[in-house]
Amino acid sequence: MENILNLLPPLLEGTWVTIQLALASTVLGGILSFAAGIGKLSSNPLIRWLSVIYIEIFRGTSLLVQMFWLFFALPLLGVTLSPAMAGILALSLNIGAYGAEVVRGAIQAVEPGQYEAAIALNMGKTYTLWRIILPQALVEMMPPMGNLVVQNLKDTALVSLITIADLTFRAQNLRNLTLDSVPIYTLTLIIYFVLALIMITGMRWLERFIAHRVGVAQGRSRA
Amino acid sequence: MLFGIEWDTSSDLAFAISIIPILLRGMWITIQATALGFVIAIVLGLVFALLRMVPLRIVSWPVAFFLEFVRDTPLLVQLFFLYFVLPEYGIVLPAFLTGAIALGLQYCGYTAEVYRAGLEAVPRGQYEAARALNLPVLVTFRDVIVPQAIPRIVPALGNYLVSMLKDTAILSAVTVLEMLHVGRIIGDRTFRYFVPLTMVGGLYLILTLISSQIVRFVEMRLPKQGIPLK
Amino acid sequence: MPSDAAPAVESPSRSGTGSGATPMVKFEKVRKTYGDLVVLDDLDFEVAENEKIAIIGPSGSGKTTILRVLMTLVKPDSGKIYVDGRPLWHRENNGQILPANERHLRDVREDIGMVFQHFNLFPNMSVLRNVTEAPVHVKGLSRKEANERGRELLDMVGLGDKLESFPAQLSGGQKQRVAIARALAMEPKVMLFDEVTSALDPELVGEVLNILRKLARDTQMSMLIVTHEMNFARDVADRVVFFDSGQVAEEGPPSEIFTEPKEERTREFLRAVLDY
Repeated sequence: MENILNLLPPLLEGTWVTIQLALASTVLGGILSFAAGIGKLSSNPLIRWLSVIYIEIFRGTSLLVQMFWLFFALPLLGVTLSPAMAGILALSLNIGAYGAEVVRGAIQAVEPGQYEAAIALNMGKTYTLWRIILPQALVEMMPPMGNLVVQNLKDTALVSLITIADLTFRAQNLRNLTLDSVPIYTLTLIIYFVLALIMITGMRWLERFIAHRVGVAQGRSRA
Repeated sequence: MLFGIEWDTSSDLAFAISIIPILLRGMWITIQATALGFVIAIVLGLVFALLRMVPLRIVSWPVAFFLEFVRDTPLLVQLFFLYFVLPEYGIVLPAFLTGAIALGLQYCGYTAEVYRAGLEAVPRGQYEAARALNLPVLVTFRDVIVPQAIPRIVPALGNYLVSMLKDTAILSAVTVLEMLHVGRIIGDRTFRYFVPLTMVGGLYLILTLISSQIVRFVEMRLPKQGIPLK
Repeated sequence: MPSDAAPAVESPSRSGTGSGATPMVKFEKVRKTYGDLVVLDDLDFEVAENEKIAIIGPSGSGKTTILRVLMTLVKPDSGKIYVDGRPLWHRENNGQILPANERHLRDVREDIGMVFQHFNLFPNMSVLRNVTEAPVHVKGLSRKEANERGRELLDMVGLGDKLESFPAQLSGGQKQRVAIARALAMEPKVMLFDEVTSALDPELVGEVLNILRKLARDTQMSMLIVTHEMNFARDVADRVVFFDSGQVAEEGPPSEIFTEPKEERTREFLRAVLDY
């Protein structure tokens, strides 16, 4: 018991770093998701192709490869990122590529009749996207986005491999010092699990909130 | 030098060409780790999915908790756990094997969910019809439920195979000489990270493109109404 | 002679032919095909101001496509369409005929409204919001004006007590009445009704048809109604158009078409739909 009390403070310090990384990359990744997801459906071929290339590259390779590339390879091109920058950027770019597919899928899942009604009411394209289509798509995309947020939290553990002192990094350090593997890793796993449960709960709440705000909470029969 | 193969640093191009055979060695390990990890994941996932359906809460609840736990915690930490904890109990495995087990463990959380969703997607009426015809439970599953669930299960498993392929890079953290680790070592020794790491990225892209094409091909070949029984 | 000098795009419709009045809608040799299937076969067709037209015909005959081309949902392969004298699918620049761009389309769409078979209400908006969304954001009405007008229209369709409801809480007939109010709120000159009762349960058809009757009687809009309800078509239409294989097979006042059709095709169709 005393042993665990000694382990907790450093692990909790690392947990705070993990939380910050997870939040920052979730927000940045969310923005990228919408940009690339909408971009992939753009009528402008340049924007469309840029989005497709971004999505394919970051979905087609390992997150760890992306992180190492930003951390080790980019400096040789003259761009040196701090470990935190490289970590957040890699996490955001990675989760943003997966999120883009979620956004695109949800937009395309909106019934064609909705676009037709918007045309019949003479609404502009931008207006139709933002005010008619996206609010409906948002409800659709929340559950898969929730999975991505948890995935992203788990992915933050990889930043320990580029020397960021997150929860996993602290656990590794403690083990090297004390060789007390069982309590250290058990505790670490439990902390990650609790964080994940909090995020899952948060995303469920957000999902309900959005469904309610958008107004389809009343039941979702064909309109 | 790695795997007894020298590299040529006279130019970027020469360097790139000279390390291809080294990276391919790493790729072979990547493929093996994926294959073994995937086999573990689909077998373990099936076992857990079935245990979860046992109508005894004392069995199904702990299994459900375990699967949730495995899904919601990082693969890297699970890997460290196995790598450092197993030897304390006298189980000393090669890093490659530990890595494959970690992959299988993390992904059995997902595959168990795939089996469950696949079985649940078969319409209730099918169970009821089987009941009405008085089919034994085993026959109901073997001839009615499973053949209809397979077209839903296989593509989902395939997507996790592609995902696992990418996650093998994490095994580099416990010294498994897969593709990324090989690229990293070449970088460490030559201080030229750009070429090997970019090539590793490219090789991953090729591997995932090929494997997702295979998954899509298999998916298209599967009869949507279920495996036909004559 | 300015009308002679005017480009071909403008002259035929503005100057008119025969009666001298500009038709509200004019189709000139409009063609639309999907692969081998000819849906509109060089269609020539006119609708006068304030005219109520019922379009009848077998399914797959292209009736709905007339409306969809007119609403700019589907682009014709060739031919010209004019709405109140303005070209719809093309525009004119220094005497050159160019395909319509988005700006041009938004311009001409102001004159046209449509009610769909499957309602296409916005599920995430209240009934009142469905009706006011476009007036506020497309026509630039103030929220207050739009709400007032929206209430009037919803009262008119008998839904004055459902302003705050959401589409999912309404019956099919109520949804379709909201959709009608929504289209009316844009004050179009031409209103298109695409099988507006086909998706409704039989007992709900009457409430929607009654509103259409009222509109036909009390408004100056031109109305193009694609329908399978023959009695309704007989009551409401100034002219009935029997459409078959991408062309107008026969047209005339309802009294003529329904009692003494000239074409064998028309007779056959009416026999099939009236005696089941």
